Amino acid sequence: MSDRVFVTGIGVISAIGFDFEETASALQKSKSGIGRISLFDTVYKEEIPVAEVKASNKELAERAQVRQDGLFSRTSLLGLIAARQALSQAQIRDFTGSRTGLISATTTGGMDRSEIFFKEYLKNNRRGRLRDIVTHDCGNSTEIIANQTGIKDYISTISTACSSSANAILLGARLVKNGVLDRVLAGGVDALTLFTINGFNSLMILDRNGCKPFDEERNGLTLGEGAGFLMIESEGSVKKQGKTILGEIKGYGNACDAFHQTASSPEGNGAYLSMGKALATAGLKPAMIDYINAHGTGTKNNDLSEGIAIKRLFQDSVPAFSSTKAYTGHTLGAAGAIEAVFCVMAIQHQWIYPNLNFRQTMKELGFSPVTTFQYHAPVRNIMSNSFGFGGNNTSLIFSGC
Amino acid sequence: MEAFIDGISAISPQKTLAGPVFLQELQEYNGVHALKCMEPLYTDFLDPMASRRMSRIVKMGVCAAMKCLKEASLENPDAIITGTGLGCIEDTEKFLTSLYANEERLLNPTPFIQSTHNTVAAAIALMIKCNNYNNTYVHRGFSFESALLDGLMLLHEGSADRVLVGGLDELTNHSFTITNRLGFWKKQPIDSLRLLEYKSKGSLAGEGVAFFALSREKSEKAIAMIRSVETFFNPGSPAETERRLSGFVEKASGGMGIIDLVVLGMNGDPEMDEIYHHLVNNLFGPVPCAYFKHLCGEYDTASSFALYLAAAILKEQRVPEAIRLDNRSIGQIKNILVYNHVRNRYHSMFVISAC
Repeated sequence: MSDRVFVTGIGVISAIGFDFEETASALQKSKSGIGRISLFDTVYKEEIPVAEVKASNKELAERAQVRQDGLFSRTSLLGLIAARQALSQAQIRDFTGSRTGLISATTTGGMDRSEIFFKEYLKNNRRGRLRDIVTHDCGNSTEIIANQTGIKDYISTISTACSSSANAILLGARLVKNGVLDRVLAGGVDALTLFTINGFNSLMILDRNGCKPFDEERNGLTLGEGAGFLMIESEGSVKKQGKTILGEIKGYGNACDAFHQTASSPEGNGAYLSMGKALATAGLKPAMIDYINAHGTGTKNNDLSEGIAIKRLFQDSVPAFSSTKAYTGHTLGAAGAIEAVFCVMAIQHQWIYPNLNFRQTMKELGFSPVTTFQYHAPVRNIMSNSFGFGGNNTSLIFSGC
Repeated sequence: MEAFIDGISAISPQKTLAGPVFLQELQEYNGVHALKCMEPLYTDFLDPMASRRMSRIVKMGVCAAMKCLKEASLENPDAIITGTGLGCIEDTEKFLTSLYANEERLLNPTPFIQSTHNTVAAAIALMIKCNNYNNTYVHRGFSFESALLDGLMLLHEGSADRVLVGGLDELTNHSFTITNRLGFWKKQPIDSLRLLEYKSKGSLAGEGVAFFALSREKSEKAIAMIRSVETFFNPGSPAETERRLSGFVEKASGGMGIIDLVVLGMNGDPEMDEIYHHLVNNLFGPVPCAYFKHLCGEYDTASSFALYLAAAILKEQRVPEAIRLDNRSIGQIKNILVYNHVRNRYHSMFVISAC
């Protein structure tokens, strides 16, 4: 059992940087990663902007310290890069003497390679290279990370759409709290694919000009890719090894909106409940939250529903808030973990990130996100929201120690 | 971590829709490569308006979940947790197919929406308006086990009193064709109940959905008790598997002494079944043994069928001849050990007891 759960390492890769140092610099410079599609062919190349990690699979394999012999999906490579960073920062080199788990999350697994297989297979079901389909399932990338890093005491994968990796962190924190494991590498990963671009496009929620979260004129989300991982450790594990603590996971809450398969309820019930549960597990009052890293995808529906839920919970004293999705795009299964990394960095350095592309306050809300980078904001407790299809809503609270 | 089972339900290649009495009349399939579920008339369970656009796995999942909740008199569980190896693959295939066929233009979003792995857990919550904890695990042969462990942990930590946990996987023509090319299944058609008589490589493909209503406190609804659940990954040798399993049984029930029946995951592939024979010869001693994959086929969440079967055996106190591996005498059955592995990588162990 461990009453408190700490973060001792962070790892992140996204369109704004290959590691947390590059990421921090891009965040400070308000440098967005949104641009044109270059990774694969699609009829939407000129039409739909995305936030790509600017590297081929071959380059990613080098960074991930593996031979790219055609066996790894882009998802696995991105995940491995972020996972290795978190382990290295937490100074974990071997796994003897501690029960260590890996919980990853993804929405489409190795779909980037399934697409290559399926295109051939559809012409003739004896065609398509089998090595392009064995990476399809969500467990594949998790297992590659486990095999490459040597983690084996507990391995699992979560898939709850856009809240997937927030749920991985929530589960990691609970496994440590309950004494099932001493430490957990928890996070998530998704690569950009034709499947997701066409999926969200068919729902008509991709902004042709790049997302503008919480703006009155917002017109949809922008897809991104990347991975984020946190090394989560028990109090005992941290003390035993005299680890540097980056932050504490103080609260978590998972609730279901139970309103519609894809749309959020107008009154933001699921979001209101998940934020409330996170406050309750943290033992904090709403007024003690200094910053909310919102889900803020830029769709009409999400930002209104989330904004109303924030208003209901925080009433007249809505804390500083912003969505960082105009930097990274919406990285789906990785979003919760990438934003968790941002929150841990914000706790460490007392930062608040700007909500890029914001111009006009939403009429229904009457309050606006932070629009400039704040360097000396007093930030003790941060709430991070991640909401997904199926009304799957998860809120996490990160605190300084 | 333990819990009481207040309700069970399954849609499978057996007549499990009728409940544990399915044990009285097992379904045999002749000349097949795969077993598919016996599906109910969905209009008996689901509002036709609500189920109109649901894919097969979503209908099976929601239907089994509703039945399970009803049996347990559980209106609003504190958590809905599912495990699925491959999720809603029919919709994934449908969306990919139309994407290529229509060159990315004018695609119907419904299959994309429903291809999300948590569609079933979300659809259940939507149907019963459940705002509580909702999660979905997708790790191959550990998918159901992860869901079950999460449910047990919620009960243990006191954040839930009653939870709904399920395992689900569907077999489609494409997924069969692809896994067949990967060499997973026997090349010749077989008679399902004679699965272990064929000495050829490969197994019998399968699918199914099983749900369990679990409770922290014992009530008059309880039909069995889950005493312990553990998993281990990729053991190095049969000796390691034996050591892990015997350690588990020791911890869960004080040794093989109180186990009345062992249920094993033999799938007819001689290489995969070797470890089960090793354990029958070295670990289980005189305890009667049974197996189950000739009833449901092989799939990532087949262990959820095994747990359903074990609960049904405890309730009915019946072990059909067709699932037995020996003719040892069986008395009253109070404790069952279930041991299963998928592709010798994902190993899981349950002890389930009468209460």
